[in-house]
Amino acid sequence: MTNSGTSVDESYTAKIRAKKIFRTVICILLCFISIFPFYVMIVNATLPSSRIQQGLAFIPGTEAIKNFTGMLRETAGTATSIWQAMLHSVIITVPATILQVYCATLTAYGITVYSFKLRNIAWSFIMAIMMIPAQVSIIGFMAFMKQIGLYGSYLTLIIPAAAAPSTVYFMKQYMQSALSVEIIEAARIDGSGEFSTFNKIALPLMKPAMATQAIFAFIASWNNLYTPTMMIADTKKYTLPMFVQGLKSDAIRINYGYVYVGLTLTVLPLLIVYFVLSKYIIAGVALGGVKE
Amino acid sequence: MKKKTVEYGKYGYMFIAPFFLVFLIFQLYPLIYTFYLSFVEYRMASGKLTDPSFCGFDNYLKVLKSHDFMTGKDVWINTIPMNTIKNTIIIWVINFIPQILLSLLLAAWFTDTVVKLKGQGAFKVMMFLPNIITASSIAVLFNSLFGNNGPFTLIVRKLPGLSDYSFLNSAGGTIGLIGFMQFWMWYGNTMIVLIAGILGINPSLYEAAMVDGANGKQQFFKITLPLLKPILQFTLVTSAIGGLQMYDIPAMFNVNNGIGQPGRVSHTVTMMIREIAFSQNNDYGYAGALSVILFIFTLAISMIFFAATRDKEAKQKHAVKKG
Repeated sequence: MTNSGTSVDESYTAKIRAKKIFRTVICILLCFISIFPFYVMIVNATLPSSRIQQGLAFIPGTEAIKNFTGMLRETAGTATSIWQAMLHSVIITVPATILQVYCATLTAYGITVYSFKLRNIAWSFIMAIMMIPAQVSIIGFMAFMKQIGLYGSYLTLIIPAAAAPSTVYFMKQYMQSALSVEIIEAARIDGSGEFSTFNKIALPLMKPAMATQAIFAFIASWNNLYTPTMMIADTKKYTLPMFVQGLKSDAIRINYGYVYVGLTLTVLPLLIVYFVLSKYIIAGVALGGVKE
Repeated sequence: MKKKTVEYGKYGYMFIAPFFLVFLIFQLYPLIYTFYLSFVEYRMASGKLTDPSFCGFDNYLKVLKSHDFMTGKDVWINTIPMNTIKNTIIIWVINFIPQILLSLLLAAWFTDTVVKLKGQGAFKVMMFLPNIITASSIAVLFNSLFGNNGPFTLIVRKLPGLSDYSFLNSAGGTIGLIGFMQFWMWYGNTMIVLIAGILGINPSLYEAAMVDGANGKQQFFKITLPLLKPILQFTLVTSAIGGLQMYDIPAMFNVNNGIGQPGRVSHTVTMMIREIAFSQNNDYGYAGALSVILFIFTLAISMIFFAATRDKEAKQKHAVKKG
């Protein structure tokens, strides 16, 4: 119980401390790699093109406003300005998000609360289609939309959001723990209609899950590039991810600061939203992942 | 009371109706229609879409076979559209292997009860960050940083023998960077999923193992890894299915007229589908055939996964019965 004991203890704690330091250093390095490209982007957005071409810079400059107005001037020639592109993205993303979350909750509620003949089949069906990516049917979708005259309309990007199987899955998982049949039956006895029970009693109880899913639905729709590039050919109707492509054009490339300031404007809103909501986003990812 | 539940049943159909209606019209019908289009000739001719006419497997032959004018022979499989599948798989593999290994290592570190890491919340937030940023912005940002006058290219050019290196002119450089961006965007997500999985494992298993004198490594390989297997398989399949549809980053990173450079090595399947649908006489039949082949690949991956897990579950049940 003397010397040898303490030295074993000491070497053990030293070993753990060494491991801890090593792991912390690796984690800090990875965090640095996550942030660094965005840092360089923001710094370069404030520098003159001549400085950017000399190599990596760490200290911000004073040309931010000049680059910003220059970028606006050069992209004004393109059919969609950055503000219009943002507006288009909002016009698509907001209704798509509401539709996706509301319809998914509706579907999950129908399957959880009511017993009907096709209930189990409907649920198995939703599980089965979860794995089918939208990309494989895009050609049929395009041709079909051309035939019925919806091609090029934002509706082709909004309406399909009503059928999001993974959102339904998440909602049903949450509903099973957050919603009790007794509450619904009590509402029925009080004479509440089925749809008003859903809207007035079930929806408020589902708020936390709906908020989480709304964040994910919003981000997915906001960042979507493939469907819009297939469905929107009119350059005047470009969304923000489509606008970004224009930043690579030679007209903008005359000044590298313009490219970086344009990119910063597309990335900054998401960065702000992320740092406000990161807690919920990470909790949502963790919940969605434990599907087994 | 019983009568009432029967009566309520019709509301069930009403509640699920919007989902299924939209699914049938906007997803299932287009999928079936894509299959149909893959068997007909349907394209632009002199400014108008032709009436669809049945053409058997002609569209599939366009995908699977090409004619080599030099040798005068037909080439199977090694065609431009089929090579885009190969390109896509290569990019997915070089992103997924490091991604799953790093995520697993970090998940083990973050759940380690002996070596408790501080600042985990902040680490998670920052490692996950790239995942939510618009992929097309990330691709254009990397194109600027690693382009021919980009700051990182200038650093690489200072190395001996690389004075005129260009990421964008090098197949390895371009593919490597696209793989890196995918890896960089997704390892944080995978890590969080795996951490949740590890935290879901019954802690008494670890306590029992510690009592028996198992060290950290043994606990990881004998408890964590086997019990994490279903989640790992799930991650593998969703990543593989998503990876096959990869579009945003390769379509924005190093392209010329929508074609992945250099020399088509970064041209993915979905980029090829778009290329066919928008150029080459808007040949929807041909694009449909490639879509169907992509669908079959996707389905095969899911099938293999479900077969593997079902088999495992059956074995487990069997083992329990035996015990």
